[in-house]
Amino acid sequence: MSADNSTRGFTVLKPGILSLITDLGRFGHHRIGLTSGGPVDPTAFRWANRLLGNDENASLLEASIGGLSLEAQLDTAIVVTGATVALKINGLDAEMWRCHAIKAGDKIDLGFASEGCRSYLAVAGGFKVDAEFGSSTTVVRESIGGLNGDKLSAGDLLPCDARASHPLSVLPEESRPTYAKEINLKVIPGYQQHYFSRFQQRQFFSSEYEVSDRCDRMGYRLTGAEIKPSVDGILSEGICLGAIQVPADGQPIVLLNDRQTIGGYPKIGSMVSLDVARLGQCMPGAKINFEPVTIDHAHNDLCLAESYFQRTNVVSL
Amino acid sequence: MNIHVAGENALIIYFGEKTEPKISAQVQQAVDLLSLTLKHHLIDLVPSYASLLVVFNPLLCDHLAVRKMIREALQAISLENDRLSEGKVIELPVYYSLESGPDLAIISERTGLSVDDIIAIHQQGEYLVYAIGFAPGFAYLGEVDERIASPRLATPRMKVPRGAVGIADRQTAVYPAVSPGGWNLIGLCPERMFNPDAEPTMPVQVGDRVKFKAVSREQFLALGGTLEGEIA
Repeated sequence: MSADNSTRGFTVLKPGILSLITDLGRFGHHRIGLTSGGPVDPTAFRWANRLLGNDENASLLEASIGGLSLEAQLDTAIVVTGATVALKINGLDAEMWRCHAIKAGDKIDLGFASEGCRSYLAVAGGFKVDAEFGSSTTVVRESIGGLNGDKLSAGDLLPCDARASHPLSVLPEESRPTYAKEINLKVIPGYQQHYFSRFQQRQFFSSEYEVSDRCDRMGYRLTGAEIKPSVDGILSEGICLGAIQVPADGQPIVLLNDRQTIGGYPKIGSMVSLDVARLGQCMPGAKINFEPVTIDHAHNDLCLAESYFQRTNVVSL
Repeated sequence: MNIHVAGENALIIYFGEKTEPKISAQVQQAVDLLSLTLKHHLIDLVPSYASLLVVFNPLLCDHLAVRKMIREALQAISLENDRLSEGKVIELPVYYSLESGPDLAIISERTGLSVDDIIAIHQQGEYLVYAIGFAPGFAYLGEVDERIASPRLATPRMKVPRGAVGIADRQTAVYPAVSPGGWNLIGLCPERMFNPDAEPTMPVQVGDRVKFKAVSREQFLALGGTLEGEIA
């Protein structure tokens, strides 16, 4: 990133709990151990870019839990989607899921999330951050992507282009996603079912679990009925998004975007991606139930969700 | 060869059930073949000891189509081990000592071998790179002589320094960056195992072989190694 004096954008006044620059993710580099990263909630991410007419993969900010505060150095437009936060522009309430024109000197504040956990703040044209291994997504554990591989800090400059005027739009309220604290999540039962007795499998699908404090972009550790696999470990193998590992303590871990690429715990199944995003929008204490589905069912859901996204119109302002 | 659904957008192919050079060679052949044939359907590949995870784009194809493509592509897989000889042999310098490898004493106590014996046995092996994962540039090497195989620490360390050479069961590895870790530390390697700004980013890849060579404290420092990274 050329940090010469001509670079303009947004200044970070307060970074919030965990705010990261991200695009859709880093793919094709699992072979050297790089994880995929990317937005925990790709749907909210995509809406943000779409509302501004950005490239689908434009870099924006994922703010976990909120508390982010920025100051604009130029004229542009922004939108905030995802987890519900009190959005203020120059201290005045502003609507989420709606683009807002911004003037140099404007101050943007995101409060703390009241529903959901991750909000997405996009700017017209996206933030101009160099890609590393093909992506701008920040993986703090790997020190790769974003600004120097790290989460935002106060004083950081987020470069972007100035836009004198930019077409603005809004997503109608009835089309916006909602974020619940008690959810059913779909799981494709795994090919490692034989490590779990019938009773253990039934226990897993009929018990309520709670999101524990140990939840982050790498994985969500749940607490609830113990599931005992018949082995402590397996020969290490590749792990996909949503894989549900069960370590020796019997408490399942759902693996998210920043998961390690290979691991050796037995897996009871794999959560469908739409529901991994819903889980990733949960805070500790959220209540979870699992529902078994076939991969064909999962594929159908995914195609319908994509079709819904493509066919839902945004309204020009 | 068995193919299973691993998730909504992933299939996993098993070539066997254990750590064996022959199986690893098949995994590598499959990586090459599938990189060529799956084209835009492919999102990522994760080769490991005896398996290959194939991540595909579920909006372009379903698991049945990918399964078919995999079966067709892998017909060309050769069971002859010509692939095994293709990997490079890389020699990595290691400063073995109680100062740089605090767990040498524990291994010595448990096995009855002297520290010098453990160091000698670790250098005798030529280790195959079976997998890369856990962290960027972390190469799983196998297998160490059974005499020095060591179970993971009961309580993992919060901080293992960059370059630490460790043993876990019959695997050995060099930590590419400071990280938590539960492997038994026996020395320090001055070479960078992962450098995002270099090309290639790693000195080794899966299928290569690694030999370790003892160097003195002076040589280690001259090669750019540092002893400042505290082991916590």
